Amino acid sequence: MSILRVDGLSLAFGGLQALRDVSLDVAPGSITAVIGPNGAGKTSLFNAVSGFYRPQAGRVVLEGQDISRVTPPRRAALGLGRTFQNIALFRGMTVMDNVKLGAHVRTRTGPLAAMWYLGPARREEVRIRAEVEQEVFDFLEIDHIRRSPVAGLPYGLQKRVELARALAMRPKVLMLDEPVAGMNREEKEDMARFILDARDQWGLTVLMVEHDMGMVMDICDQVHVLNFGEKIAGGTPAEVQAHPEVIAAYLGSDDMATLRERLRGERGAA
Amino acid sequence: MRIGSPKETYAADEGLFRTRTQWAWFGILLLSLVLFPFLSNLYWLYLVCLISIHVISATGLNILTGYTGQVSLGQAAFMGVGAYTVAWLDNHAATPFVLNLLAAGGVTTVVGMVAGLPSLRVKGLYLAIATIAASFILHFVFLNWESVTGGARGMNIAPPQAFGHELANADTFYWLVMPVTVVMVLLAANLFRTRVGRAFIAIRDRDISASVLGISLPVYKLMSFAIASFYAGIAGGFYAYFFGAINPESFPLLMSIFYLAAVIVGGLGTILGSILGAVFMTLTPELLRYGVDVMEPFVDDASALLSPVRTMVFGLLIVGFLLFEPHGLAEIWRRVRRFFHLWPFRN
Repeated sequence: MSILRVDGLSLAFGGLQALRDVSLDVAPGSITAVIGPNGAGKTSLFNAVSGFYRPQAGRVVLEGQDISRVTPPRRAALGLGRTFQNIALFRGMTVMDNVKLGAHVRTRTGPLAAMWYLGPARREEVRIRAEVEQEVFDFLEIDHIRRSPVAGLPYGLQKRVELARALAMRPKVLMLDEPVAGMNREEKEDMARFILDARDQWGLTVLMVEHDMGMVMDICDQVHVLNFGEKIAGGTPAEVQAHPEVIAAYLGSDDMATLRERLRGERGAA
Repeated sequence: MRIGSPKETYAADEGLFRTRTQWAWFGILLLSLVLFPFLSNLYWLYLVCLISIHVISATGLNILTGYTGQVSLGQAAFMGVGAYTVAWLDNHAATPFVLNLLAAGGVTTVVGMVAGLPSLRVKGLYLAIATIAASFILHFVFLNWESVTGGARGMNIAPPQAFGHELANADTFYWLVMPVTVVMVLLAANLFRTRVGRAFIAIRDRDISASVLGISLPVYKLMSFAIASFYAGIAGGFYAYFFGAINPESFPLLMSIFYLAAVIVGGLGTILGSILGAVFMTLTPELLRYGVDVMEPFVDDASALLSPVRTMVFGLLIVGFLLFEPHGLAEIWRRVRRFFHLWPFRN
């Protein structure tokens, strides 16, 4: 039984076939990666799953419910969280407000109640504040910057705030688009630890796109490989590493010994 | 100097005013608003009533443009809807003014939401053009729906009655418009302590990200238009009562630009900015007029020469703000506060 299933997804922009009959299953509580060379369609797949692109064929199924025709906000309410490749924080707000926004789908206050800020609205705000403080800030170690505007924070911290915002949603499936891109080794290790801990602590399922092979091989249970919009392999990290088509896609040759060497080397580095 | 402000509960830390100093200043502000009518003359009361009306409308526009990022040039036309609603009710139904004002807010809310529909498809300059279109359509309606609006002649409105008194002049009208302004500004400030206000800012900063977090863009954009037009409707209702007569030319496009300039000069996306902007835009021409009066004895033919100069100086001041203080008067205020937080240890 999979928590998220992508079924025969095809997506074309005019004559450009971004995705061709892509299917994959994500098991509950797993960490699954989608990898592939640049332009392979990884982010297109993510955008189709979170509802920004409307695929020409195929279905997206979350917990047995077909969500292919559901708007992105509804998908969020059903438990699909995601982060973006280039940080998509709200730059005019503090860390606190950004993370509180993650809890938007779990709160109900309407505009009139909000303006009077009495009873229920007030209690809800305080409840969200307490949750954010006790669960997310502590966990991700960002309580010292809660009142800072996000615009001035260093890159690694911004990535962490974006993860915090996604976690505040309490999603069932969390989609991470290149969570460690552009980070140094220490930041990468931190992020890998946060992802593993988040999975263990809240039982969430992680689906990520990542270029850092070391990290993918280390923390993922399942890896799916895209190339030119088609899925060419899927399985455990070890199976994928040994797959001749994967090696061909990455190196454009059949020099398997070199690639194994390289993969092993990067694994050590992460 | 301020040394931290420790809190024991999250509720206290979520407060609108978080330190005693802030409460004290707010108290002083309220007290001076209460004492003001006793210490000033009719001319200044007139100006302050006008400022109050502008503050209500500018706050509404700031919610829409400053916080939600939807540029609107329809605010004056929306005020017109509120003003005509009050005028019609006053002439045909003779209902109490409280009811008329609320009706003005309600009707304008509906009109504003309809005018906001283009925001679901377009943003930025394109939306600004769409709202200009809305304001021309409304002007056309004001001018030609003669059975309701009185056409080009406009309508007269009797002053509001409260407790058997006519609130005909600025000295009495003040007690009606000022409390409402204070309440409406506080309501707007509260909005941005909650999920609704955060959703507005999220749409302004990055709408794709907002929708991934479960914020429905159509719902919140229309909600923002609704709130902004409610404020415009109330402001328009007060405008009608204050001047006692309205016609289609009372709410020109230039007035919408006036409000947009007020929120930009005051500070986009700050409550304080709406207030400071409205004060600046109303008072600066008056102060410049004082300047002209002072210069009069020294310049030949002063009134003919100096009134264009006054307009030019006003324009230059606005350009100056855009160039040198793009975050507006509210940012200057914040810098001053920060200075005194650290004073005397750092300056």
